[in-house]
Amino acid sequence: MSPHDHHDHDHSPIEDGQGPPGPFQILERAVRELLIEKGVLSAEQIQRQIENQEGRTPELGAGVIARAWTDPAFHAELMEDARAAVAKLGITIPDAPELIALENQDGLHHVVACTLCSCYPRMLLGVPPAWYKSKAYRARVVLDPRSVLAEFGLTLPEDTRIRVVDSTADLRYLVIPRRPTGTEGWDMERLAGLVTRDSMIGTGLALPAAE
Amino acid sequence: MGIEPRFEPGACVRVADRQPQGHCRTPFYLRGRNGEVISLAGRFHDPAQLAQHRPGLPKLTLYRVRFAHIGLDGRTTQNEIMADIYEDWLESAP
Repeated sequence: MSPHDHHDHDHSPIEDGQGPPGPFQILERAVRELLIEKGVLSAEQIQRQIENQEGRTPELGAGVIARAWTDPAFHAELMEDARAAVAKLGITIPDAPELIALENQDGLHHVVACTLCSCYPRMLLGVPPAWYKSKAYRARVVLDPRSVLAEFGLTLPEDTRIRVVDSTADLRYLVIPRRPTGTEGWDMERLAGLVTRDSMIGTGLALPAAE
Repeated sequence: MGIEPRFEPGACVRVADRQPQGHCRTPFYLRGRNGEVISLAGRFHDPAQLAQHRPGLPKLTLYRVRFAHIGLDGRTTQNEIMADIYEDWLESAP
């Protein structure tokens, strides 16, 4: 019996992140240990911040979208000043960057990238997915957005214009996906269940009302 | 003191084709490209200075600029690119 004979399907070896740390991991660890040693930050503060970051999930953003779909006054505020609008819902972080809502329409689809690094509306969507930070996504989505979206399973009508929004600077972007048909009269909680993370980045659509 | 923004919405602008050393927030693929100012996003600390641990002052006006999208074959497509460009990287375009 081989050491890897505990189940009956094939897969690649599961990477568990072992192996020698890379230069940035070594740098991060050295800086972190120095900050703690010199009393600038405590290990507890760092841990609390990690938990705070990881505690933010796309459900926050989904609630914002569901509200915008059902509450015209909130929708108007979100389009006018998104940071202030979400702050009214209690979604705040210190030093929150400017936030811009991009509304998909018939014939116009938005997709967000950060070609320079990985700028992302963390206050609403949490930690970005690994692919959002990958060089392949960042380089290709501005060159060939239609093909990249198709690889995400999103094939848009030929005459839909794709607007790729590159968050190069101090603004963060939230896509407002189109509200699925057949959801008239739904409450916000039910609607929020249709709003995926990718639909708020623009690499997907909101889920259909019924499978 | 350069507080007044140089460009208004609708202005045709060109992204400077410079290759400075150090950090900046102007993507290479847009350098030398013409675009249209869609809106002014406010004034922000100069990221090139911040990257050198300098104060980033005076703040720079940031513009939301729309560019035509150029596809893999080098031709303009129906799609478009929006990016945020600081005033010190923008020139008037004819």
